[in-house]
Amino acid sequence: MEDRPYITCRELIEFLYLYLGGELPSERVAEFDRHLNVCPSCVAYIETYKETAALGRQAFQDLEQPVGTAVPEELVSAILSVRRKT
Amino acid sequence: MSPEGRRSDDAARTPAPGLPSDERALLAALRRGDEEAFETLVREYGGRLFAVARRFVRSEEDARDALQDAFLSAFRSLARFEENCRLSTWLHRIVVNSCLMKLRTRRRKAEDSIEDLLPRFHEDGHQAVPSAGWEKSADVLLESREVRDLVRAAIDRLPESYRTVLMLRDIEELDTAETARLLDLTENAVKIRLHRARQALRGLLDPSLRPAAAC
Repeated sequence: MEDRPYITCRELIEFLYLYLGGELPSERVAEFDRHLNVCPSCVAYIETYKETAALGRQAFQDLEQPVGTAVPEELVSAILSVRRKT
Repeated sequence: MSPEGRRSDDAARTPAPGLPSDERALLAALRRGDEEAFETLVREYGGRLFAVARRFVRSEEDARDALQDAFLSAFRSLARFEENCRLSTWLHRIVVNSCLMKLRTRRRKAEDSIEDLLPRFHEDGHQAVPSAGWEKSADVLLESREVRDLVRAAIDRLPESYRTVLMLRDIEELDTAETARLLDLTENAVKIRLHRARQALRGLLDPSLRPAAAC
């Protein structure tokens, strides 16, 4: 059993979304876990991959407040004007 | 959808009891053609939708067009609104769709390859450039305006087809099925494209966010 080859970093990173999404069968998850136990580089990759998703999700939030408060007055008028004509 | 899972003609015209009372009243007024109700809808929901359009299509002019198209589309579709979600959710879907149409009709240049932004590997499958953790967590990093600007600029550098999937899934928080439907892709294709978009985004951010000693 110990002689089994490890999956490569390439395989792990290519199918990472299935691993993180809980979409792999348990034996495949065990292969990923086994690789991660001996590969700090892939551990760091996963950590920063998750941080990336979090950064993307939140990077626009501060734009919402000032912009989200009102539609420019001329745009409101334009939308309502077009509606009346249609 | 009604609790019984079926609809009569009357039910198609009358706001469902599940909607909050203020939305039911607004919807009823809109369906009567009440002019004031249209203005209320635009003023009350338009700001947030305009923010969605601006971050999606990036140009101010396109964002205005997308918002206008979205509201006109919503006005035309009032009779078909099934009231199985909040008005804001329904309008959000419409404005996202309007933005996608704007992106599709805009004159497009050929997309750059994403390959240069993805991890590289040696022949034996090991990472060519070992990964290192970042100095700070996303929560801490996002306290910096510079980092938020950096992330937004990096997202803007992604090839459009990858940027669109990332925007729909991670920023607009649509699920995989809805994203697949809007982009006419399979769900599996959406998952793979999102994965590659996140990998590319990570690749763009990494040089700025990894500890100096790890460069």
